Amino acid sequence: MLNLDFAFLTPQVVSSYVLKGFAFSLQLTLVAMLGGIALGTVLALMRLSSRPWLALPAAAYANTMRSIPLVMVILWFFLLIPLAIGRPLGAEMSAVITFTLFEAAYYSEIMRAGIQSIPRGQVAAGYALGMTYGQTMGLVVLPQAFRNMLPVLLTQTIILFQDTSLVYAIGAYDLLKGFEVAGKNFNRPVETYLVAAVLYFAISFSLSMLVRKLQQRIAIVR
Amino acid sequence: MSNWDWQVFCKDTIDGEIVARCFGGPGDLTYLDWLLSAWGWTLSVSLLALLVALAFGSIMGILRTAPNRGLVLLGNAWTELFRNIPLLVQIFLWYHVVPALIPPLRGVPSFILVVLGLGLFTSARISEQVKAGIQSLPRGQRMAGLALGFTLPQTYRHVILPMAFRIVIPPLTSESMNIVKNSAVAFAVSISELTLFALQAQEETARGIEIYLAVTGLYFLSAFALNRVLHFVEQRVRVPGMIGGGH
Repeated sequence: MLNLDFAFLTPQVVSSYVLKGFAFSLQLTLVAMLGGIALGTVLALMRLSSRPWLALPAAAYANTMRSIPLVMVILWFFLLIPLAIGRPLGAEMSAVITFTLFEAAYYSEIMRAGIQSIPRGQVAAGYALGMTYGQTMGLVVLPQAFRNMLPVLLTQTIILFQDTSLVYAIGAYDLLKGFEVAGKNFNRPVETYLVAAVLYFAISFSLSMLVRKLQQRIAIVR
Repeated sequence: MSNWDWQVFCKDTIDGEIVARCFGGPGDLTYLDWLLSAWGWTLSVSLLALLVALAFGSIMGILRTAPNRGLVLLGNAWTELFRNIPLLVQIFLWYHVVPALIPPLRGVPSFILVVLGLGLFTSARISEQVKAGIQSLPRGQRMAGLALGFTLPQTYRHVILPMAFRIVIPPLTSESMNIVKNSAVAFAVSISELTLFALQAQEETARGIEIYLAVTGLYFLSAFALNRVLHFVEQRVRVPGMIGGGH
């Protein structure tokens, strides 16, 4: 029964099948993280605004994105982006746009909690010193909110990294796809799926251990 | 927006003819029939996976609070294992790898494998919540139980768990809604659920927007219904005198 054979996974096979997909998964994670946090911060500030025309759209955006399965969001964007720009867009580019916009909804919730955890007096102090809204947010509130929320933002990024495997739905060539293609070509799907699982586990587990360490180190002494 | 064509749901799935009344007969399905059956598969996968997740998640969460290092280690290892592998990869493991390594599982239908995969993936998250719920109780509760002469299992059964399970209902509610959303990955192993319907019907009819809107709406409705049911349960089992409790 147990006749696993990993011998076909030579460095050459790995570099020609898996590496390209791995690079894409990492790229997708990084771009969606940076873009998502930037956009998410803007959404969070909008949502905390006292102007309803800013707060309501931001809340609607975050709630809609978070109540649809990610796979369906990926399919929606893959269908709608070409209609909007009038020409087909590759699965990879479509995935980058989708994940950035989708993750922004989750990051915005984290940033909102982070901003709300800052004492009101900080904002009042900023204004009392003559700072504008932009200066108060940029120099006083957001730096502290980022620091408080860093572990949560990173945990969300680990989830994001795992979720990038769902680009399978539109056939983008990511880490999982790389293993799948190698498994099909060498007729060893069992081995390649196992190695893929071990690799995803090793990356996610070690990153979450690092986040745990970080969390202990940056815990603020109040 | 371009013109809508909602009649697509009344079309026969084989010859594409529009069927009066929109429902086909036996062996002669319309896209509406297919959509509803796909919704049924999504609900079945989600609800059964929720049962698996609640069972294993509760057991593992309880083990992680037991006064025994071996049991704690087992619970922690379980949680880390199922939490750190992407759900889609876990589904592929259940579908391609587990039957190859364990021959008795070879004839098991993929529906069961997906329920196990989704259920065990979610059990890791539920074990976190159950553990947190148990640890949020004052230590005195456990001590009081033991001091009254209860055995440890009795203390859990009659003192700790009745409180802890009520405390964790809100996070369990959001986890149950996640399970409905996550059940979408079942399309990858050809379970005929909503996402697979969306992919295939979109290809066959080229009416992607109408198809996707219907599917997205049904996901939304399912998650919302589950939310209401659990909210009702939460109201019914409130502990009087607790913050947010009844009178």
